[in-house]
Amino acid sequence: MRNSHRTQNIAFFFLLLATLLIIIPVGLIVVVIIQKGLPAINWQFVSDIPRQGMRTGGIFPAIVGTFYLVSGAILFALPIGLLAAIYLSEYAKENLLTRIIKLAIVNLAGVPSVVYGLFGLALFVVFLKFGASILAGSLTLGIMILPVIITTSREALESVPQSFREVSLSLGASKWQTIRHIVLPNAIPGILTGTILGLGRAAGETAPILFTVAAFYLPRLPKSIFDQAMALPYHLYVISTQVPNVDEKIRYGTAFVLLTLVLFMNLVAIIIRTKFRKKKKW
Amino acid sequence: MVKFEIHDLNIWFASTQALKQVNLEIQANEILSVIGPSNSGKTTFLRTLNRLNDLNARFRMTGAVELERQDIRGINIEDLRRRIGMVFALPLPLPLSIFENVAYGIRVYGEKRKKVLGHKVEEALQQAYLWEEVKDRLDESAFKLSGGQQQRLCIARTLAVGPEVILFDEPCSGLDPISTAKVEDAMIKLKEKYTIVLVTNNVKQAARVGDRTAFFLSGELIELDKTEKIFTAPCDKRTDGYVRGEFG
Repeated sequence: MRNSHRTQNIAFFFLLLATLLIIIPVGLIVVVIIQKGLPAINWQFVSDIPRQGMRTGGIFPAIVGTFYLVSGAILFALPIGLLAAIYLSEYAKENLLTRIIKLAIVNLAGVPSVVYGLFGLALFVVFLKFGASILAGSLTLGIMILPVIITTSREALESVPQSFREVSLSLGASKWQTIRHIVLPNAIPGILTGTILGLGRAAGETAPILFTVAAFYLPRLPKSIFDQAMALPYHLYVISTQVPNVDEKIRYGTAFVLLTLVLFMNLVAIIIRTKFRKKKKW
Repeated sequence: MVKFEIHDLNIWFASTQALKQVNLEIQANEILSVIGPSNSGKTTFLRTLNRLNDLNARFRMTGAVELERQDIRGINIEDLRRRIGMVFALPLPLPLSIFENVAYGIRVYGEKRKKVLGHKVEEALQQAYLWEEVKDRLDESAFKLSGGQQQRLCIARTLAVGPEVILFDEPCSGLDPISTAKVEDAMIKLKEKYTIVLVTNNVKQAARVGDRTAFFLSGELIELDKTEKIFTAPCDKRTDGYVRGEFG
């Protein structure tokens, strides 16, 4: 009896320790980035182009580039992902094809991001002749976040109670009307959450844009979707490893902007989800 | 007039047989009560009539269900469900306003004129004896109503579509006695215009409102007769035992 009690205490201690260990890296990252990056943040830094070989000036083109890339990725991935999720949750019968599709989505989520980059290079840049461009980069990022969007949208759709569907159908609504008027409106917050998580991921990844869009140094803003663009994660990589004598302040300032952007998106996702849970009426 | 004719109905879910060789007729403008212990197949029977069982991928049936001499599988499914309304066991308002709940069925049918919608919603709410209680707050969420009011809202929602038959699936199982009485009153008034099939776990409710009563046990229709006969002199021993509360 005593012995099992002690075992439990030991187990509890290690479980707590492991959990606390998670906090440490997160806390450290945030603290270090804020401490070293915050002094660099001023209006010029976020609104000016990089100057003197990226050693001074701002990071505005990289912010704009990331904004374009993320928007393009969502524009591509959200419609396709949502339609696929609707098909999988509302229409697909449990058969071999469905199982293969679901397996494909799981595997797509597990592909390393650099492989997406190579794939994007082969398909969009070379084969479809888009060149290194915002279009190619957006599509590559879009494919990368598709699994996130499909999976969260499916969960959101499936969490709408079956009884609502039955009520709607029993009133003579067609299946599509039921999805359109009852299922989708109640799944939107969940879908939105997934979309924002996808946005965050697309904003932060370097490897998929490495070969498909990212410009080493491009002080002007892109004019069309066939232009190259700078992007925050790649810019950070460049000034950290490829350009000598960049002030530490600028590197951490860039990291700070990127981190803020991604954390902000996650925060929005969390707020939407919390609001939705409170409003949930069933 | 005969509304429904059911011939040799057998139903399976995967390999489990839920209904066995059921034959019966439902008359127009009657209240047919369906009683029986849980798992006797009575809800399955009800959901066969508006083809709601078809949603279950493992559902399989043989035999025929005819609505006014037409096989229901030959009727467009949306039309069928518009002709056969259903009120579910728990009050299930849609996450919409009171008004929009009732208007839903009319809207999906394509009615857009505000005047017509307003008129039909009022008419349906009056028939369900709810109008007086909600007429000043039609734009509030339906979830703000009490359980009994929600269930009458669901009845109004069903009526608004203009059905011929209304299926009630244990409509009072979550309600207090006063709300139950109101729902029962509504049912008795409604049978002037509609055919009603009432599945209930409450034997007394069947005795109160049913013109005829069907007793199901383990997927079989044991007995179907006038309600007084079922409750006073049933032919089958098992019916007698069930209505006297010997098993449930």
